Amino acid sequence: MKHTAPMNVFAWHRAVTALAALVVAVVFSAIVIGDAAVAQTGGSVPGNALGTTADSEFWRQIRQGESGTVAGANEQAGTLIQSEGDNWRAMRNGPLSKWGGWALFGTVALLSIFFVARGRIKIGAGASGKTMTRFNLFERMSHWLLAVSFIILAVSGLNLLYGRYVFLPLIGADAFGAITLYGKLAHNYVAFGFMAGLFLVFLLWIKENIPNRHDLTWLNQGGGMFNDAHPPAKKFNAGQKMVFWIVIVAGVSISVSGWSLLYPFRYEMIAPTFEWFNWMGFNWVPVDLTAHQEMQYTQLWHAIVALLFIAAIIAHIYIGTLGMEGAFDAMSSGEVDTNWAMEHHSLWAEEEMSEASAKEAPASAAE
Amino acid sequence: MARMKFLCDAERCIECNACVTACKNEHEVPWGINRRRVVTINDGGPGERSISVACMHCSDAPCMAVCPVDCFYQTDEGVVLHSKDLCIGCGYCFYACPFGAPQYPQVGNFGSRGKMDKCTFCNGGPEDDHSDAEFRSYGRNRLGEGKLPLCAEMCSTRALLAGDGDRVSDIYRERVIARGFGSGAWGWGRAYPGQGS
Repeated sequence: MKHTAPMNVFAWHRAVTALAALVVAVVFSAIVIGDAAVAQTGGSVPGNALGTTADSEFWRQIRQGESGTVAGANEQAGTLIQSEGDNWRAMRNGPLSKWGGWALFGTVALLSIFFVARGRIKIGAGASGKTMTRFNLFERMSHWLLAVSFIILAVSGLNLLYGRYVFLPLIGADAFGAITLYGKLAHNYVAFGFMAGLFLVFLLWIKENIPNRHDLTWLNQGGGMFNDAHPPAKKFNAGQKMVFWIVIVAGVSISVSGWSLLYPFRYEMIAPTFEWFNWMGFNWVPVDLTAHQEMQYTQLWHAIVALLFIAAIIAHIYIGTLGMEGAFDAMSSGEVDTNWAMEHHSLWAEEEMSEASAKEAPASAAE
Repeated sequence: MARMKFLCDAERCIECNACVTACKNEHEVPWGINRRRVVTINDGGPGERSISVACMHCSDAPCMAVCPVDCFYQTDEGVVLHSKDLCIGCGYCFYACPFGAPQYPQVGNFGSRGKMDKCTFCNGGPEDDHSDAEFRSYGRNRLGEGKLPLCAEMCSTRALLAGDGDRVSDIYRERVIARGFGSGAWGWGRAYPGQGS
């Protein structure tokens, strides 16, 4: 008997515990069953094992870029299939390369035709032998900082897009790989020189590049490019102003997109830009972009701007060297022939000369 | 010649990450780089599925198509490999890859990437087979030893299958028929479009 009393107590405890467990279990299973019922009738459970819906919906979502979680990895790693990469590949290896090539080739072809038809634009009155300062040393240094870095960036950039098809077969994979690696490093570092040059050039020449009424006359006469007219112009004519603004706008755009490519997956630039597009009235531009898409669009934009920029600069280089007698002096020594200045920048030349004589006049009066 | 393929059976994967660990250990993959990862969809929710993913060794591989220095090549068995001597770390293969396979060690300034690293299907690289140089850059060449990728060999639930695509699909088909559901041969439509490629 003595043994039964504790056992009874024990049994009593067990009964209470069992009852409690039962209550908990019933409540719990009610919840679970309820959940399962909702899930099944809702038809939202992927996989035949758990629901009434087919697997296909689940796999379709994954095919369309559905994201999951990955232990200890970044968010991007959760995406199983990103199909946008295929679009990027198709764009880059297709229309971008093709039309970019045509743009460059077309520019060179047009300039060649122009050169054959027009020849080198001579100084009409011949060289006077007297010169005047057009660009001081600081202006020229800023220009060449921008220009040299641009050429390095353009060559290394074009090499990334076309080198595989143009140079690799010529020099072999090892040499090409080494050159392209140094090209990439140069592209990364020289970019900062380009940005500095762009900033200096902007500050130095913005004042003289604001459009004025003379630009209309200049444009109306085709800048004297197709005839022997010499429309009046101040320090910069309308053509030069166009080059200036192309350089500034394209330069800023390419710097910003390049910065994003330099520090990949850190910035979101395309989505806000597209939102702005939509605000402007293009309501079809997608704004809900993945991190991958940001980089893909950034690369495409960087390349598009670069190719058009290079095409524009080829024309700029042509007219500054081969295309026009006396033009290169402005950026080499900074001293241009007075006759050249009178023909191409009459208002600026007159202003400079009258300023110079005004300075001389008091000096001679004091004598 | 066999066409090597991966297949992860999402009905079997239990997200143990043994494939990730086995791969890292076998190839002595450096810090910060995982050649394989396990993605869990609906984590903690009903219908949770886990999928192990690495380079799928695509038939028409996007990485090969966009590489500026053409450093990729595809073996007779369909394995996509690359040369780290040629790679410049531009990151284009990562922009193009549907499966997020390419990985880069962070070296130098900015976000500049080192030589790309990815799953080799345990098949090394362009260096001499089983050489130290090959092991250092690309890891073990198990295929060269007549073995299959370690991730799949290690898989405790046999969720991850690797090997001759025909054999892999036979095994998977048998499973689908036996259990009566689950026909998602994950990623195959993207990686191996068309018949037998």
